[in-house]
Amino acid sequence: MNPSLTWNLVSDVRQLFVYPFMVNALEAGTIVAVLAAVTGWFVVLRRQTFAAHALSVMSFPGASAAALAGIALPIGYFAACTAAALAIAAGSRTQHRRNPAQESAVIATVEVVGFALGFLFLSLYGGVLESLESLLFGSFLGITSTQVLSLLGIALVTLALFGVAGRPLLASSIDDLMARARGVPVRLLEVSFLVVLGCAVGATAQITGVLLVFALLVAPAAAAQELTSRIGLGLALSVTIALLVIWVALGLAYYTNYSVGFYVSSIAFAVYLAARLRRRFWHRDPRGINIETATVAA
Amino acid sequence: MTALSQPEAPAVELRGVTVERDGRPVWRNADVRIEQGEFVAVLGPNGAGKSTLLDLLLGLLRPTTGSISVLGGGPGSNGDQIGYLPQRHAFDSTTRIRGVDIVRLGLDGTRFGLPLPWRKGPREEVRKAIDLVGASDYAGRSIGECSGGEQQRLLIARTLISAPRLLLLDEPLDSLDLPNQSAVAALVNRIRRQQGVTVLLVAHDVNPLLPYVDRVVYVAGGRVLAGKPEDVITNQTLSDLYESPVEVLRTSDGRLVVVGQPEAPAHHSDRHHHP
Repeated sequence: MNPSLTWNLVSDVRQLFVYPFMVNALEAGTIVAVLAAVTGWFVVLRRQTFAAHALSVMSFPGASAAALAGIALPIGYFAACTAAALAIAAGSRTQHRRNPAQESAVIATVEVVGFALGFLFLSLYGGVLESLESLLFGSFLGITSTQVLSLLGIALVTLALFGVAGRPLLASSIDDLMARARGVPVRLLEVSFLVVLGCAVGATAQITGVLLVFALLVAPAAAAQELTSRIGLGLALSVTIALLVIWVALGLAYYTNYSVGFYVSSIAFAVYLAARLRRRFWHRDPRGINIETATVAA
Repeated sequence: MTALSQPEAPAVELRGVTVERDGRPVWRNADVRIEQGEFVAVLGPNGAGKSTLLDLLLGLLRPTTGSISVLGGGPGSNGDQIGYLPQRHAFDSTTRIRGVDIVRLGLDGTRFGLPLPWRKGPREEVRKAIDLVGASDYAGRSIGECSGGEQQRLLIARTLISAPRLLLLDEPLDSLDLPNQSAVAALVNRIRRQQGVTVLLVAHDVNPLLPYVDRVVYVAGGRVLAGKPEDVITNQTLSDLYESPVEVLRTSDGRLVVVGQPEAPAHHSDRHHHP
């Protein structure tokens, strides 16, 4: 295979769909982008990016444990992510309430234990994790249609959960004491969110790699929240940005020699930077208020 | 006053209530009766158990002994008739949610399921609540970009939107400057009159509330004392409560200054330790 870019955009795009592996990559990328963008919107609102990071790192002990046990690597990812999510949720409460200060210490500790176990499993396994580089930095080669289907399943279940519990989760993210007083099961939502986050991170890492998960999980959502403070529009923007990032990145990776992870991260960074600059310099009146949002009130 | 014309059950009644947190008594043997439509200031030093009183009324905490009735039922049985504003720190500019959306969460934020596209009903209720607190100029803005006073008005609108009969406001004047403290106190009083709700407002300083309060509940020294402000905030009563000499001074402009009240013991500072 030796695809090359021409000046004919239509034929360039058509070429993308010639090989089945590329079709799989585009399908998987699309699914993961939607999943990561919606989950990420809540991560940014709840300020749990560090938790997301620790959960993404759990792919390492998960994969090496799976290699040791001789089972499929994704099963290892998801099991490790879920275990870590439960540990973080359990350790981050004081006075019957989520304590963000304690949470960050617990997350760091969980992350270290994850790494330690990963190295232990790897040395017990004795071999070399051939896929280590793609585990860390992502790969769009060799995504099977079975993998696409399992990602679709995870995404559908996760999005359905957000559909059902999104509003109470939003209410308790903004004011947990009020939500608790009104009978919202705040604790259950906190734990469930971390487990869902673990699954979303595990799914996203299969495209972006463990280290670059934030390119789809956090950057599009953070950019969207810079651009608007509306809830529905923010979610829609987050999904749109994530889709654009993954599509452009896959297209560029297909035609060039650089990894998809590099493109995903650079494009996501550029979009976030642009969103920050727009909020900083654009649409402001002398009181420092976004004209966009001020006119909404009128 | 509405309270006198209504012979029905009190809005809040505590009889012989003793409460503990983590095995330690917070306060003992409290008897408090609050009539419907009253404006009540809950006063006392930090950590004396003012928020604990609200937790009891919300049914989040059970008393060790004694009985509590809230709007004629048990605590927690009529949560939809209570508007609760927890003590909190201000939203900073990174919280990118519009004020209007936060107000709406007071109406349907606890519901599971996908929110339908805005029906006319909720939108109208949201607008009314925002108008009531005078926040329509900035409700469309991201809440983190609103000033402390503006945020507090929006949060009060959130508690009002479910048309509650009882408002429990935990330190809504905290972290506001003096003009805003007076303005928010006046706003709460106007809402109390217009909507006929009963208000329990936890505060550090009674002065912004003095023009409006019918009753004060003083929580200090492991005890709770309720009565008219002129009966409770006196040298004699407060000295008895604290079991040490306390002096109440009245300044020339009518403000009350309490001198010599001891600090609360450290182990009671549960609710005031925020991360």
